[in-house]
Amino acid sequence: MSEIFHGDDAGETLPELADGETIICVRGLKNAFGDQVVHEGLDLDVKKGEILGVVGGSGTGKSVLMRAIIGLQKPVEGEITVFGESMIDRSEDEATAIRKRWGILFQGGALFSTLTVAENVQVPLREFYGSLSPQLLDEIAAYKVVMSGLPADAGPKYPAELSGGMKKRAGLARALALDPELLFLDEPTAGLDPIGAAAFDELTSELQKTLGLTVFLITHDLDTLYAICDRVAVLADRKVIAVGTIDELLATDHEWIQEYFNGPRGRAAIATVKKNRAEG
Amino acid sequence: MPQEFKCMSAQADFIEEQGESGRILRFTGSLSIASLGNVPARLEALNTPIDEIRLDQLDHIDTIGAWLVHKTAHDHDAEITGADEDATRLIEQVAKSHQVVRMRPDRTNAFARVLGEIGSATAVAGQTMLGLLGFFGATCVAAFNVIRHPSRLRINAVIQRFEVVGVSALGIIGLMSFLIGIVIAQQGAVQLRQFGAEVYTINLIGRLTLRELGVLMTAIMVAGRSGSAFAAQLGTMKLTEEIDAMRTIGVSPMEALVLPRVLAAVFMMPLLGFYASIVAIIGGGMLCWVSLGIPPITFIQRIQEVVPITDLYVGLVKAPVFGAIIAMSGCFQGMQVKGNAEEVGLRTTAAVVQAIFMVIVLDAFFAVFFTWIDWI
Repeated sequence: MSEIFHGDDAGETLPELADGETIICVRGLKNAFGDQVVHEGLDLDVKKGEILGVVGGSGTGKSVLMRAIIGLQKPVEGEITVFGESMIDRSEDEATAIRKRWGILFQGGALFSTLTVAENVQVPLREFYGSLSPQLLDEIAAYKVVMSGLPADAGPKYPAELSGGMKKRAGLARALALDPELLFLDEPTAGLDPIGAAAFDELTSELQKTLGLTVFLITHDLDTLYAICDRVAVLADRKVIAVGTIDELLATDHEWIQEYFNGPRGRAAIATVKKNRAEG
Repeated sequence: MPQEFKCMSAQADFIEEQGESGRILRFTGSLSIASLGNVPARLEALNTPIDEIRLDQLDHIDTIGAWLVHKTAHDHDAEITGADEDATRLIEQVAKSHQVVRMRPDRTNAFARVLGEIGSATAVAGQTMLGLLGFFGATCVAAFNVIRHPSRLRINAVIQRFEVVGVSALGIIGLMSFLIGIVIAQQGAVQLRQFGAEVYTINLIGRLTLRELGVLMTAIMVAGRSGSAFAAQLGTMKLTEEIDAMRTIGVSPMEALVLPRVLAAVFMMPLLGFYASIVAIIGGGMLCWVSLGIPPITFIQRIQEVVPITDLYVGLVKAPVFGAIIAMSGCFQGMQVKGNAEEVGLRTTAAVVQAIFMVIVLDAFFAVFFTWIDWI
């Protein structure tokens, strides 16, 4: 219990993990926009090969945390290491070496609007491995597109011609282009219909297993949390107030956590999971 | 864990050997994107039949390696052996995703494409003219509605636009006009000196700036500053569906967005044009004083004598018309945005080009018209 629930003295209660096991390590992070402090003294570890769900109320800075980890938001103070290397004050060249090893799916897909889906997927490949033959690039883009669950005729389409769900899948295909070890997903199922959301969850989980990915997943979707997350980190009061499996989190008596998982929607999600488990 | 960190792995390679059951292709090293080297090209060049692909000496494989293995096996109808659990899973995964995917839109031949582009450019030009006419009508209807129900005029929005279009432009337009006044005076003085008629420089400055240049240059500056801004603002609002939201709430975008902008441009253009003319005359006067030795008092007296009041009217009549054209083409192009962010840029450019072009064409018509009514 004390291991998963860290309050003010978080830095001490959190067990130090050996190198190689921790993919992302955040210590004492502080983010602020002017006077508005988003994070203060935030600690978080993401272990290799897990799907870590990040939850929190609106405005608790889930996306800001992700942006800080991937280097788009410069923290006021604190230490962030990814693959054992510090992300703070890193030169552009050193950062590029790390960027090759992760893939990011932004909330709206963030596809390049003037390129087709296939070209979008090829952007990271061309940037880092420009010497690959055009034919091989096409083949790689083709199987990535299909692997991400897009129909085969989506390749030559422009992002404006895609539905919201297809944009997310195309964004996922681009995020997976370089066979990353680490995948960031920012609300991947937001705005998808329940069938599409369930299919996306299944896809994430399947890719995580086959490709051995570590996934940092920001979500509001309780079904996603129950279905695929190994651990869940809860953001509140400007820090990660608890990390653990959902069962472990339910055992805490934090008001927000209880309300989040035991609210009407939370109970419905639990019921679904139990039903699924019972059915085998 | 299926994947170790791959940056340290050995270069990928393969060797061909003759086994008992046929030709064997044996992969070694790390078959992943970072260490592929020339393997894809060499695989492509293989022309001997392969019966077996052996993976037992691989350090590491990723999906791209798995794809190469799968494709080679598929092309040569070979059997994959010696794959460990991870490799098997990856190869299965990519094999499942192996299907024909169209990569880019179909290409037509060059001649047909040129013809098509000419045709669609013509159609677009026609549609733009019609659309602009329709937009002019819609603006008039909106203006009429507001006149019938004056309470619907968004007075705050209009005042705010006054500031953005008018007040904020004072600095740049003043500087531009001052310099233009100096240039006209200097060039005029040099030419007229040949006839010993330097004193006519004053006529040149007074009449040219008030009749033509003051308003025309201001129109070009306003088109670049505000016309482009209108197009980009409305275009972005269109992309983010703000304009659709406005319509569904029952707010008319024509009244809430277009009319304040058109009004601002119509009211600000004469003021800015007049201001530009005066500043240009001051600039010219300064040059006359410094280089021709004409003192300011004489300069002002002379201006009053040689510039008929109709010159001022000519400038002031044109200004609101130019303002309306600039604002309407900006708003019209902004409202045409659909699809992606690039469209906003294209439409903004189109708005400025269209506005300046129409201003100059109309200026020519005005010149003929004013000559015809004897305001010369």
